[in-house]
Amino acid sequence: MAETHLPPEKFTVRLRRYDPESGDAPYWDEHTIELAPHRSVLEAVLQARDRFDGSIGIRCSCRQAICGSCGVRVNGEPALACHTHLDAAKRSARDGVIEIEPMGNMPVLKDLIVDMDDVHWKKIRRVTPWLLAKQPVPEREYLVPAESMVDVTQTMACIQCGACVSDCLAMEVDPLFIGPAALAKAYRFVGDPRDDQQFERLNDLAQDPHGMFDCTHCFKCVDACPKDVNPMGQIMRLRRIATSDHHIVDQNNGERHEAAFTSLIRDNGLLWEAELLPRSYGGNSWFGKFHPAAGKELLSSLPAIVKALVRRKVTPAGALKPHRIPKADLRSVQAIFEKVESRDRRYELNLYIAGEDEEPPPPEVPVAAGIVAPIADEPAAPQAASTPTPDEGGPGDGGTPTSPEGSASQ
Amino acid sequence: MPAHDVLIIGAGLAGQRAALAAAQSGASVAIMSKVHPVRSHSVAAAGGINAAISVDDDWHSHAYDTVKGSDFLGDQDAIEVMCSEAPAEVMHLEHIGVTFHRNDKGEMDLRAFGGASMKRTAYVADITGQAMLHVLYEQLMRHHETVERYEEWFTTSLLTDDDGRCAGVIARDVRTGRMEAFQAKNVILACGGAGQAYKPTTNGLIVTGDGIAMAYRAGAPLMDMEMVQYHPTCLVETGILITEGARGEGAHLLNAAGERFMEKSAPNKMELASRDVVSRAEQIEINEGRGVGPDGSGIYLDVTVVPRKRTLEALREIVNLGRDFAGVDITREPITIRPGQHYIMGGVKTDVDGRTPIEGLYAAGEVACVSVHGGNRLGANSLLDTLIFGRRSGEHAAARAAGIGMPRVDAAAQLKQDIARIDSIIARPHDGRRVSEIKNELGELMNRHAAVFRDEAGLQTAREAIGRLKEEAEHAWIDDHGTVFNQDVLGAIELGYMIDCAETTVIGAIERKESRGAQFRTDYPERNDEEWLKHIDVTLGADGPQVSYSPVTITQWQPEERKY
Repeated sequence: MAETHLPPEKFTVRLRRYDPESGDAPYWDEHTIELAPHRSVLEAVLQARDRFDGSIGIRCSCRQAICGSCGVRVNGEPALACHTHLDAAKRSARDGVIEIEPMGNMPVLKDLIVDMDDVHWKKIRRVTPWLLAKQPVPEREYLVPAESMVDVTQTMACIQCGACVSDCLAMEVDPLFIGPAALAKAYRFVGDPRDDQQFERLNDLAQDPHGMFDCTHCFKCVDACPKDVNPMGQIMRLRRIATSDHHIVDQNNGERHEAAFTSLIRDNGLLWEAELLPRSYGGNSWFGKFHPAAGKELLSSLPAIVKALVRRKVTPAGALKPHRIPKADLRSVQAIFEKVESRDRRYELNLYIAGEDEEPPPPEVPVAAGIVAPIADEPAAPQAASTPTPDEGGPGDGGTPTSPEGSASQ
Repeated sequence: MPAHDVLIIGAGLAGQRAALAAAQSGASVAIMSKVHPVRSHSVAAAGGINAAISVDDDWHSHAYDTVKGSDFLGDQDAIEVMCSEAPAEVMHLEHIGVTFHRNDKGEMDLRAFGGASMKRTAYVADITGQAMLHVLYEQLMRHHETVERYEEWFTTSLLTDDDGRCAGVIARDVRTGRMEAFQAKNVILACGGAGQAYKPTTNGLIVTGDGIAMAYRAGAPLMDMEMVQYHPTCLVETGILITEGARGEGAHLLNAAGERFMEKSAPNKMELASRDVVSRAEQIEINEGRGVGPDGSGIYLDVTVVPRKRTLEALREIVNLGRDFAGVDITREPITIRPGQHYIMGGVKTDVDGRTPIEGLYAAGEVACVSVHGGNRLGANSLLDTLIFGRRSGEHAAARAAGIGMPRVDAAAQLKQDIARIDSIIARPHDGRRVSEIKNELGELMNRHAAVFRDEAGLQTAREAIGRLKEEAEHAWIDDHGTVFNQDVLGAIELGYMIDCAETTVIGAIERKESRGAQFRTDYPERNDEEWLKHIDVTLGADGPQVSYSPVTITQWQPEERKY
């Protein structure tokens, strides 16, 4: 049995304390507690509270990662306190002392308690977070494909803990960014076949300058999420449905940027960075750069371009020509495009249902990593309903949740 | 002073459903909760919700299973209401957005559950409670103009007017420490059970019997408090719940010899007998030395017999729980579990519209005892209970509000009293015990003497100890002297609530000299319909707790021997 009944050990926790009534600045407070190493950081905080200082403030209830109350930062990384083992937390601590702080991107009210209403819930309300059901409402249940409900269950599994919001880098730069949790919530309705407003929802989120195209693909939210909701993956799915299904051309140039990105890779096998910006604004061809909109954008980007030239990140000659890769490689890349785009329907990766293999892959099948995997082998459709099984294991493997045809970056 | 037609305390499934129903009936509605609504413990309900929606099913069959599950202590008129209204309620939930999993025809899929004569449990993977709670909260956000929300407000007492009618509450804003009186024509208690009076328990730290104790102190009778459900599959160390859905999907229970010991006590239903039956069978294996684990205090739950793909899709949450909280991959090896405190069937006595004997005071959900669960609740009937009686309470309270004026009540005196009580807790000298020490002792005491097996001596020991703890709690001290998020002082108040719940539980258990449902007295091992086919009510009188009895309503199912 892997189950452990280990004896208690001593752990020291360093808590970020803040008492808004004292007039004092936040400070650090250390306590040493005794618990078995596989018990949680929350239990450590509660033991410190029960034994030494009842004034330690933390929201908590279920102790099993379902109520979403105890979002904090452990050693600088967002996490649920109840979902973080003490031994793991000790290993990742700088000096052997487990550091517990309130989440970021939200104002601190007291100790480890942040104001989620002011940030998180406001953003949730921004995405019209309720079903706008197709009419007429049937007498019994809506008849919908089984896999569609399993699919939206991944975002339904969000417990609103705020861990992804805490460390969203885009939100740090643009506090108005709708953010990972709310956009994942939006997918919960966009992906729900009972919802009547798919286009309106997507158009709204695409046109908003702080909307779905504000995400910078940093993967922070994917790592932070204790429930495998994969918020960034949901944002990518919103983008794909908005651009390829509804052809929404947004004022933020998200759609054009995505189109430019994809065609540059198709044509050259690698990204041609110098062409990306003009094409995103001026139109998706070599002539794009001569469009007034592209000129304007290039002009405003001049300081960045000059800086890059001065630092020798680019050379004028290099910028004028695409990167070259061997012909065979280019053909392989283009084969990927052909294969994916010739499919009748898009395969979506959903970590919630297809996060692990049914059985370990048989040795004769080569295990490809990440993005190429589902293309290299036709997914084993019969056993996996409609969702392909990624060849590599669970959510932690960094397997790219985007489908190949549309990975716009911004 | 804020005033509402209907004020709901607690924002889990029962509370939110009541709020939406009352608002739809046109009342001015507010919902108050000591935590943000989505943190409510309904979120942890995993397995699903029962309703006879299959074309082959009939609500009478659901009702009979529920009556039998209750060991014939459930009131059959209430059970008929719940089961006959279940299909429409579940469809309503589906229509507002709950992502119930489907079969290949696109209809709601149903899974097997304990004590049910057929597959009758609709589900969303194993996060059904979470999905439902979040969807209801979506509706609260949608209807924010008609339902006012007081999130993170802690209720300290119920207000009653001179005629003894409920007229509002006193509450504390957890964020600021501000105390305020709220006037209401009707108050609906929907603040859950009292699991934290036990240690360990599957219940969250917020489940401290607030509503039960407040109603009791206001003079409402508590019914069948001795009926405490032990769930058969909880993690040994932490008490965390492994859903009955696991057994519904086919998992086995094994003792140290690898035997499916349920053959002995439930040869037909095996692992899917009622929870009281399964928990008792497990406890017997453990007590007789056939348990597993280092000290033999556990039982194996073997999920590996369920196809792995199915487990990953339909039991995803417990795969995570096993990995994260026990270090076990349940798809590859058995996990060690044991019975753990999970639910209280008893609570504030109500009728089928949620009315308590106190005018203007309603109760719905685990806080209430209608009674649809009697001596033992069937799995997946609690979500149903919250919705049906939450809705009915909301509707009834709204209708009542339409016919009466705002009650006149002098709230100032009680407000002052509650403020003084909190100030005095904060000012207590550090010469007694800490709140946390008393709470731990209470939990362990209850888990020893008022658990799966009980007897007179143990219960009397518990009763005496509770008396002492009650004294000690009067002087228990705290550290936090602040106002912003002073969770410490709220903990002291909650301790008082839990002690009231524990005391009435033990009183009921001493009183009931028979074995029925979750109450198994080793000194009275048989069910005794002649003397004990009745409810036990405990009311707080001038001299303390008073016991009385009320009849069980029987409509169409006469008591019979219970076999699975």
